[in-house]
Amino acid sequence: MSLHIKAQVKKVAFITLEGEVDSLSAREFQKEIERLAVEGPDELVLLVEKLEFISSAGLRVLIFAKQKMGTHLAVYIVKAPESVVETLEKTGLHHSFNIVDHYV
Amino acid sequence: MTTETRIDYYPTHEQQGIKFRRGHVLPFGATMVAGGVNFSIYSAAATDCTLVLFERGEEQPFAEIAFPDEFRVGNVYSMIVFDLDYERLEYGYRMDGPYNPGAGHWFDKSKILSDPYAKVIGGRNTWMAPPNWDNVYPYRSRLAFEDFDWEHDHPLETPIEDLIVYEMHVRGFTQHPSSGLKNRGTFSALRAKIPYLKELGVNCVELLPIYEFDEWEGNRTSPVTGEPLVNYWGYSTVNFFSPKAGYASTGKLGMQVDELKTLIKELHANGIEVLLDVVFNHTAEGDHRGNTISFRGIDNKTYYMLTPEGYYFNFSGTGNTLNCNHPVVRNMVLDCLRYWAAEYHIDGFRFDLAAILGRAQDGSPLSNPPLLESLAYDPILAKCKLIAEAWDAGGLYQVGSFPNYDRWAEWNGRFRDDARQFLKGDEGKVGLMKERVMGSPDLYSMRGPTASVNFITCHDGFTLYDLVAYNEKHNYANGEDNNDGGNDNDSWNCGWEGETDDEGINFLRRKQVKNALVMLMVSQGVPMLLMGDEVGRTQHGNNNTYCQDNELNWLNWDDQHTNADLFQFAKHLLRFRRDHPVLRSPVHFQHRDYVGSGYPDISFHGTQAWHGDHDASSRAFAFMLCGDHAKQGIVKDSMVYVAMNMYWDALSFELPGLPETKQWHVFANTALASPDDIHAPGAEQWLENQHDFLVGPRSVVILVGK
Repeated sequence: MSLHIKAQVKKVAFITLEGEVDSLSAREFQKEIERLAVEGPDELVLLVEKLEFISSAGLRVLIFAKQKMGTHLAVYIVKAPESVVETLEKTGLHHSFNIVDHYV
Repeated sequence: MTTETRIDYYPTHEQQGIKFRRGHVLPFGATMVAGGVNFSIYSAAATDCTLVLFERGEEQPFAEIAFPDEFRVGNVYSMIVFDLDYERLEYGYRMDGPYNPGAGHWFDKSKILSDPYAKVIGGRNTWMAPPNWDNVYPYRSRLAFEDFDWEHDHPLETPIEDLIVYEMHVRGFTQHPSSGLKNRGTFSALRAKIPYLKELGVNCVELLPIYEFDEWEGNRTSPVTGEPLVNYWGYSTVNFFSPKAGYASTGKLGMQVDELKTLIKELHANGIEVLLDVVFNHTAEGDHRGNTISFRGIDNKTYYMLTPEGYYFNFSGTGNTLNCNHPVVRNMVLDCLRYWAAEYHIDGFRFDLAAILGRAQDGSPLSNPPLLESLAYDPILAKCKLIAEAWDAGGLYQVGSFPNYDRWAEWNGRFRDDARQFLKGDEGKVGLMKERVMGSPDLYSMRGPTASVNFITCHDGFTLYDLVAYNEKHNYANGEDNNDGGNDNDSWNCGWEGETDDEGINFLRRKQVKNALVMLMVSQGVPMLLMGDEVGRTQHGNNNTYCQDNELNWLNWDDQHTNADLFQFAKHLLRFRRDHPVLRSPVHFQHRDYVGSGYPDISFHGTQAWHGDHDASSRAFAFMLCGDHAKQGIVKDSMVYVAMNMYWDALSFELPGLPETKQWHVFANTALASPDDIHAPGAEQWLENQHDFLVGPRSVVILVGK
């Protein structure tokens, strides 16, 4: 009997956000998400250590990312400043994402 | 074909670099469409309308676009404007037309007006942040995203008789420093305290107004403390579709919609329904001396009830009266409630001064008010609770007779009055109190106990503790020489006005608080508890704290420990109500045995079993509920016996006999000090004497036959 081996590598998409995600920059963010979605990643890692502000439109891109890439997609938000974590919590999004200090 | 290529989404006009085209007349308001925003607004008497566009927070508009005449259909102006930043946009309207108050017209093109259908209002984004009084446009219409991730949430549709309502103020619940929270006074802080609501055992919160209002309205200074007096309760709507930004910790970021929806979603996840206290009887524009914010400048004659001379009818006691039975206003109210039900998953509404909603445009009461009928039969509101405050400030009192279409429930003001009078030991109240514990069949014979929202206290009046600590109101801090607030409080201070060290008086007060809680929780109908009554919250005798943004209104979280006995009592009592379906009948009692248990569904007793004391001087009675009749005999429950002795001496009550398999157990006895006053439901204490029970003076006893 011949050997069948199926090897799979986890596909991870990284995005670094710096500065402010407002309604205008959210469109750029969304385009980037759409571009990555084509690749069908298993995980989306957002490096946000230097993110100062995320507006309502920015939050919506995060929801869009899950919808676009499928609910199986694990989203990690790495090194989020306290103000960003608070915004995620107050708007209930912290349940949908993994807010972590380090992505391993 | 994608929306980008659709011919109706191409600009046809351009002005000041802004591209636009003819819009869609419906829906009213500002709606995001492909590539732009559709604006639509109604005015019957305007001669001209201009859309005014601002970048968020800027003093002056970046564009003003007059609606070309061909964009008007009937009395509706509509336009699509392209390439707007949804998040940064603020918009308003200028309306031109006659200025002739005597004829009901107040047009003034110099004013920029809020959209009555705006979904977010900017301008009062942080509670009591000083506004710019010179702002050309202080209450700014904004857009709201409608793509909140509700996941599987939907309104809970709890049968109304199973609700225990907690009437609360969003800010007052957590603003006191003792709440220990970071974002005190906000939706997000309320969310953090959901475990407290769960522990207390309520399954419904009724929020005092959360529609956008201006806390600075009527701003004065307290003659007692020198602090500002503000519009704290919020019964003065600026916009009906927008949540109060100042109640959101994210209001300054414009995310109040998300924060409120997150709160509702989490309340639902914890089995707690959300009712909104909605104020459709008047607006924040006041009378002829008031500010023009929106309605007055858009179409005064449509939106307000006016006297033949053009003055404002004042059935609300606040200056103006919304013209609710004008077909256009009626539709706005309907659109508004549908929006809150569909978009915010609201479980029901309590209508402030709802009798006004049944008045015709000339102010006369209607026998078949179209607005109330529309709401009763609306397909989108079909599962929402509709609760009327069935009176108004113009003298119309409709408790028991509110036009209901077998659908509306009422704040039962008679329950409040009769329970208070019985509680303080008035003569001749036993008969009335029996009606109240049965769900007021004398008032709602055809409608059932589910029409009766029972309460003893609400935001308007004394707190429960103050009801037993003050004979008179003490409202000097309100700055109206103690002339404001009701005088018919039916309160009794138990022997001393206000705070005292007298142990006997303090014990009696606590007992009276517990007695009142029992009356509320063992009565058929829908009980409503005022925030803080479970921990003895005091307003120091102020019975009209509408303007007090301070400790008079804020829940002191230390009270949960200081008055731990009251909290413990309330918690067990609420659990008891939820554990015993016999207390929550959907229909009136029949006073007979229709399940073959050998006992009628309800029976009344006095000091002798099976005999009531019908003497007018009687201040005591007892009743027994047969558990086999619970929920019309569908579920099995224990026997429940309640003796209420509001006489100043102890009375011995002969207990009705139980079937051989059952014995009486004591659940609560308010004559005893904590912790013996109540037991955990299910852990009731077996009663050695199964034949008589000595009920202490001004005390209530609950027994369980099991």
